[in-house]
Amino acid sequence: MDYLPALLGGVLIGLAATLLLFTNGKIAGISGIVSDAVGSGADRAFVGGLLIAGLCFALFRPAVFGETVAPIGMIAVAGLLVGFGTRLGNGCTSGHGVCGLARLSPRSLVATLTFMLTAGLTVLAVRA
Amino acid sequence: MKLWALIAGVLFGLGLGISGMTDPRKVIGFLDVTGSWDPSLAFVMGGALAVHGIGNRLVRKRPKPIFSSAFGLPPFSAIDGRLIGGAVLFGVGWGLAGYCPGPAVVSAASGAPGALVFVGTMAVGMLIYRYIGAPAAIQAASSSS
Repeated sequence: MDYLPALLGGVLIGLAATLLLFTNGKIAGISGIVSDAVGSGADRAFVGGLLIAGLCFALFRPAVFGETVAPIGMIAVAGLLVGFGTRLGNGCTSGHGVCGLARLSPRSLVATLTFMLTAGLTVLAVRA
Repeated sequence: MKLWALIAGVLFGLGLGISGMTDPRKVIGFLDVTGSWDPSLAFVMGGALAVHGIGNRLVRKRPKPIFSSAFGLPPFSAIDGRLIGGAVLFGVGWGLAGYCPGPAVVSAASGAPGALVFVGTMAVGMLIYRYIGAPAAIQAASSSS
């Protein structure tokens, strides 16, 4: 039970989302940013920042990555569902779950409750 | 300005790694409410919402962002089948792999095969949406950008 790192990480995520809005006026929804990164320089830069953070962890704290929980074929299917679903619903954990809820958006509340519920049911079905 | 987007990306990625979101086992433990539930990841959303709930409000009182002409707003406002259907598909994928988009991209930088495969097929899923699932207006906008 790692409440303090979780809280600290969450604070950093909130600061990052606020900084991106303050400087570039953009909503820090990762699925949208990744999807737009081909065309937009600021989106590419943000994704580059995520990769730099990942490299830092790979060099200094590789334990944060843990191990995969599913066979590679299931991971591939999961990626397809996440890519298509986050575009269809226009947001993921960050866009709806953090930025949308912070704006008190009813749309994001519905989306967040829906993906939390289906993710929980999926885990229940797969682990059963 | 791209430098600030880069810095925001680094901070966001550090937050994801420190919080435990890049560890699929931990994410599954959080989602597994009826099993050996690990509720600590709720504090990630709690911390992020506390900071960004205030930050978003303060920033949007300003007339415009520092380096851009206007604040972005989500393009849709309806609670409809697309929103709910998309959230259902995303939730199933998240529950299967334990990765959502941000942690997957951060993890891919480590070269972990699972994360690389996930990010690859996630990009394919986004492209499929762009060509078959997007409303005509979005298809026009993305082909012109």
